[in-house]
Amino acid sequence: MSALLAVAIDGVIYASWLFIIAVGLTLIYGVMKILNIAHGSLYALGAYAAASLGGFWFSQGYAPLGSYAALVLAAVLVGLVIGPLIERGLLRFMYGRDEIILLLVTYAVFLILEDAIKLLWGVDPYIIAEPYGLLGIVEFANLIYPTYSFVLILVSVAAGLLLTWALHRTRHGKLLAAVIHDREVSQAMGINVRSYYLATFTAGAMLAALGGALTAPTVSVVPGMGVEVIVLAFAVVVIGGLGSLPGAALGALIVGLLRAAAVHYAPALELFSIYLVMALVLAFRPQGLFAGEQVRSI
Amino acid sequence: MNRQDRTPLLIVASLVLLLGLGLLFPNWQFLGTLAIGKGLTVLGLLLLLRTGLVSFGQGLYYCLGAYAAGTLSQFTGVTDVLVLLLTAAAASGVAAVILGILLAAYRGIFFSMLSLALSMILYGLLVKTAALGSTDGFNLAVPTLLGLPLASYESRYPLFSLACVVAALAALAMHYYFRTPLGRLSPAIRDNEIRVEYLGASVRAAVHVKYTIAGVLAGIGGALTGLTVGHIDPEMAYWTTSGEFVFVAILSGTGSVAAPFLGSFIFELVRTFAYEYSPNSWQLALGTVMLLIIVFLPAGLWSLMQRRRA
Amino acid sequence: MTHLLEAKGLNKRFGAVTAAADISVAVAQDSVIGLIGTNGAGKTTFVNMVTGYLKPDTGRIFFQGRDITALHPRQVTRLGICRSFQIPQLYNSLSAYDNLIVALGIVLRNAKPGVFSRVPRLVPGHELPLHEAAEAMLERFGLGEFRDKLAGVLPEGIRKLLDIAMALAVKPRVLLLDEPTSGVSSEEKFEIMDRVMTAVRAEGATVLFVEHDMDIVSRYANRVLAFYDGRILADGAPEAVLADPEVREYVIGAHAQPKEVSHA
Repeated sequence: MSALLAVAIDGVIYASWLFIIAVGLTLIYGVMKILNIAHGSLYALGAYAAASLGGFWFSQGYAPLGSYAALVLAAVLVGLVIGPLIERGLLRFMYGRDEIILLLVTYAVFLILEDAIKLLWGVDPYIIAEPYGLLGIVEFANLIYPTYSFVLILVSVAAGLLLTWALHRTRHGKLLAAVIHDREVSQAMGINVRSYYLATFTAGAMLAALGGALTAPTVSVVPGMGVEVIVLAFAVVVIGGLGSLPGAALGALIVGLLRAAAVHYAPALELFSIYLVMALVLAFRPQGLFAGEQVRSI
Repeated sequence: MNRQDRTPLLIVASLVLLLGLGLLFPNWQFLGTLAIGKGLTVLGLLLLLRTGLVSFGQGLYYCLGAYAAGTLSQFTGVTDVLVLLLTAAAASGVAAVILGILLAAYRGIFFSMLSLALSMILYGLLVKTAALGSTDGFNLAVPTLLGLPLASYESRYPLFSLACVVAALAALAMHYYFRTPLGRLSPAIRDNEIRVEYLGASVRAAVHVKYTIAGVLAGIGGALTGLTVGHIDPEMAYWTTSGEFVFVAILSGTGSVAAPFLGSFIFELVRTFAYEYSPNSWQLALGTVMLLIIVFLPAGLWSLMQRRRA
Repeated sequence: MTHLLEAKGLNKRFGAVTAAADISVAVAQDSVIGLIGTNGAGKTTFVNMVTGYLKPDTGRIFFQGRDITALHPRQVTRLGICRSFQIPQLYNSLSAYDNLIVALGIVLRNAKPGVFSRVPRLVPGHELPLHEAAEAMLERFGLGEFRDKLAGVLPEGIRKLLDIAMALAVKPRVLLLDEPTSGVSSEEKFEIMDRVMTAVRAEGATVLFVEHDMDIVSRYANRVLAFYDGRILADGAPEAVLADPEVREYVIGAHAQPKEVSHA
């Protein structure tokens, strides 16, 4: 019984982490119809920035609990700086081009950023473990978890709720829905589509970076972090449905639980199972589990 | 239209040239063979690109072909290169025929995503398969032809020559393929699938065939690469490997069946030197070059851009 | 007597819209039939059902005695019914010549069943018949000067001709033309139709064409079907149908000649 509980909790923790990363990806696709491979390196940038800022914070001897603010700040900074840089500096010249071309552009950006990270931070691992252990542990039913993991879940849920509220209840959110639905008509109606694109991409970048920043205390921050993350994020958004917020949540949950189950019961199936589900979803319900667009050909 | 088809002649001439160059510059034989192995995979991608499809999962067949040849060599001691290459071709061919049933129904981003997912499935499988070395993979014995080793400490020339011949044959085959009615359907499908159907041809069947051909080419390429390097590992199926093939395909352009080999060689060359001098910025160079091509040399991506929007 | 093409009791509804109401048409060999009607009257629906793009709710379609109602457009084409499109459907990145080569290649492949016919022969000149046929087609449609120009940049009238040429390259028994002169300047209309009809007669195909221009209809058709609200209002010789009071009221417009309504 406790094994099942462990799987469930591990799954949810993993899912929360995935959701933060994937929701930005799905948002960007939903609004801009761009599958952003660079999302992976934005994640990595967030991790590195968090390691640096967090490291600085601790070295200055500031209140340890404030380091969480430093992590989040790092993510926000990465998003606010790199996001517009990519969108305004490059992507906006590519709008209207084929989806695949845009995919290749983001792939190129991914390659560039991967090396930019190596050039800026070097190849040695960064460790910023303090925030991870700071909040102690939680113990129940014979299971021990760092409290940090539950904070991650909280942040994830909060992000999801915030985004849902923003999209459904605010004026800007509703206009964004219009842009998602039909870009040309929105433009014709006077909506400044360009600024929505910028805002969306920046928000997505911030979310990716946040995922990285929150991960930093739990791992060694090394080059190439983003490489595996991006395909996992793809799996999540494909399963949930490209462009769907609830889809990202459901997809994250499925992938998270699947991985947790595999790790506990059949470690050999860990990676294989995730991509198998991704392929199955693409095969039988390509629009994802939450309705989306027509994707098959004739 | 130029009725004089000079390309076959050029291919044969290039083969002779390469064989000569290989003799003169023995230090380049390894790189050349490697480039050909990858070039074969990119040739398959060229076919798909001309059809308007970008596969982000050719690594699947590249890896499968390598492992098929590798397991045969490792576990049964067969080292005849022709047997190994044929096995690789057969294995990837069968896999492509089966997976193509599914993939032929997809286009655009979803085709790319599905091809990526499938290659990652193979990666996930291999990484956890201890019998095949898990993440480490395993080494391959030197291939032989008629009992004679094709590579040794003294010379890699026989293997290099074989690779050149295989490349020339593949290029010739593809050249003639594009002149068949089915081959000619590639740009037609890319431009206007509906018209193809209304002229009485099945787009799905055509795509299936092309996908299979691309898979077979990648399988042979993977086996050749594995035999040259002497080692194979699951990384061959990882998405970044497939991404590299796409990059080389973009770099080479789809204008000529010889382009993938040239592009592949340039890529390997640059990678070797760039990695030696600046290991932390060669991806940056790669990404920048790709962007420059996309932005300034759309002719390289001309075939992609001609795709008709659904 | 088996008609070449026969539609029996076709019905098709899209929600509340009746696109076809009990349409029955028998087409004889070598007829040239004009399909007229206002937009939404059911002409295009009829064409779509015949070519297999749409399935009628009820009713059957027979071609040379064979039931083709449920067939896919690809299969319908292979049997011998081909269509052209109101908005030309071409391979824009290929030259006019290559467009035809593709079409002829498909025909070649379909015409010779058997595995070995699919294997390309490496004999030099094995493709000669294909190239000759393409050249001939270009000549017949007056497209010689556009031979090597990319289809995407050709003038609209030429694109129309190429579109029809490709349909004809399939050597169909029945050719359906969807508004062959729409989007074309008035001066070019007759020139285009002249070329098309000459080529069609040379191939011996039966033609049905959708048209809004009554001059074109009366000049080239030897039979006219007037559609209205999914029904066939009148069916007969052009003079009779065009003079029919109902047709004049519901299709042509009692007061004036209808202006060209469709655009490329």
